[in-house]
Amino acid sequence: MVDPALLFEQLFNGVQYGILLFLLAAGLTLVFGIMDMMNLAHGSLYMMGAYIAATVTLAADSFLLGIAVALPATLILGVVLEVIVLRRLYDRGHLDQVLATFGMILFFNELVRLIWGPEGIEVPLPTILNQSLTLFTIPLPIYRIVVIAVGLLVAAFLYFLVVKTRTGMLIRAGASNREMIGALGIDIKRVFTLVFGLGAALAALAGVMAGPIFAATIGMGEHILIQVLVVIVIGGIGSIRGAFVGALLIGVIEILGRSFLDDLFKLFMPVNAAETAAPAVASMLIYILMAGVLFFRPQGLFPARSG
Amino acid sequence: MKFDRQAIVVAIVFVLLAFVPLIASLTEVPFYLDLGRRMMILAIGALSLNLIMGYGGMISFGHAVFIGIGAYVVGICAEHEIVSGFIQWPLALLACAVVAVIFGSISLRTRGVYFIMITLALAQMMYFLGVSVDRYGGDDGLPLAEPSDFSSLIDLSEKTSLYYLVFVLLLLCLWICQRLVNSRFGMVIQGARSNEARMEAIGFPTFRYKLTAFVIAGVMAGLAGALLANHTDFVNPDMMHWTRSGDLIIMVLLGGMGSLAGPIVGALVFILLEEALTGVTEYWQLIFGPFLILVVLYARGGLLGFLEKQPSSEKTRG
Repeated sequence: MVDPALLFEQLFNGVQYGILLFLLAAGLTLVFGIMDMMNLAHGSLYMMGAYIAATVTLAADSFLLGIAVALPATLILGVVLEVIVLRRLYDRGHLDQVLATFGMILFFNELVRLIWGPEGIEVPLPTILNQSLTLFTIPLPIYRIVVIAVGLLVAAFLYFLVVKTRTGMLIRAGASNREMIGALGIDIKRVFTLVFGLGAALAALAGVMAGPIFAATIGMGEHILIQVLVVIVIGGIGSIRGAFVGALLIGVIEILGRSFLDDLFKLFMPVNAAETAAPAVASMLIYILMAGVLFFRPQGLFPARSG
Repeated sequence: MKFDRQAIVVAIVFVLLAFVPLIASLTEVPFYLDLGRRMMILAIGALSLNLIMGYGGMISFGHAVFIGIGAYVVGICAEHEIVSGFIQWPLALLACAVVAVIFGSISLRTRGVYFIMITLALAQMMYFLGVSVDRYGGDDGLPLAEPSDFSSLIDLSEKTSLYYLVFVLLLLCLWICQRLVNSRFGMVIQGARSNEARMEAIGFPTFRYKLTAFVIAGVMAGLAGALLANHTDFVNPDMMHWTRSGDLIIMVLLGGMGSLAGPIVGALVFILLEEALTGVTEYWQLIFGPFLILVVLYARGGLLGFLEKQPSSEKTRG
């Protein structure tokens, strides 16, 4: 039988991973929703955020300073990319967008290899975060609790921004009918640069927080990007709410699948077969879920735009 | 006539390719043979992608998965000591067809950016499957103990024979593509690309047509996979990685999307560029990445597009 303490611990880890996915998905889904723009290089911003933070953290021996430098630096990088390249791609087909941003991924991965070398960077945590709280004999690392708290704050902030402010109103209007709000005299390009910068900063935040958990490595961006795409597809393109629900769902399934699927399979399979099949199925679970969601709801769980 | 110029380019390319083994043996650089074979195998993959992407408007970002499946079936058969190519290859193509029917039925329910993402995700799923199945090498891949055995028909351990087999198959695939594109079937696919609602209104079940095209493309890529396994004597999950699918898209775009021979020229240029740039610097993608962005921004029609000299094609969307 599954140990409830272990189950709770992994559930906790799944939520924490889901929060990371959400930080990436939120920016990406807004960019998708408003400009109908497919940006594969979002993962590169996540990677750059992680590397910049890791470098500063190690050099200055301060995790906080690492965050303080990485966020604005990545935000600026994102805005520069938007102005130099991405802006030219809005009127193009998705294929052009995919290819150009694919070119960016190649560039950034190689740039990181050139500057930081092929080895990843382990990011140390300040001692204050490097401890565990114990809840009913279950140890919960403080750092992961902080990650979850930060993610929830960001979610609340985004909800407020999108639902309660004028900027949010423009974002929502842009998502449902770009031409119309342009015709009403709103400079949608400026709104978009803002959203893109915000997305870049959120990607960097995710990268910074992922650093101490997974270490900063080349290719970290693409690995998580694919899962983020699954989140967005499941949640519905352009929907922050969908991104949040989708991210938690994927995070929990991904972590629980890897931890418990073999136990589950052993209930009705020979041990050997279960141990072979479980990791294979676990790595496919989220894609199977996505296929299922799309089969019944091709527009995702929370479609943002009608038509 | 644009077709004539294309035909001339294609003829030149094939004549050059036909002489590569001779040049390789005269200059005693067997690497040329290797390079030429790899180009042509990837050209088959790119041709098959162009069929659905260039003509059908289905932008699959997971096409390399079929190359991987084709290669893996050959590798797995060899692992179980089934070395006959007469069994391996039909099995490889069949496996690709089955997977293409499943993936196509799921992904073709969606369109636009969803289609791109779903094909990408489905391909990644197979990639992770390949990584996690330790029985067949997992992450490290699976060495091919011996090449596919076609008894007395052809000896694939003889590298020049393999070269000419690839050469002939590439010609065959080009011919098939040419026939398909100009057939009634090809017209329906192209019609569905420009206006699907209209095609349905006329009475064509476009989903079935698109799915058929998707499966044909998958099987053709599977053939490239079976060849690739014999070419490298090795299969690994990296063949299915999404960046390999990206490479295929780049080849199609470089050569000129939606032109018959574009993918072949694109594959050749891609491999040559890769070789040239890796010769310049170890960090070749630092140059290739921005180059790709420039191609997308300023050279929409690809290389064959330049040949056709149609400045007005600048505005058309892919």
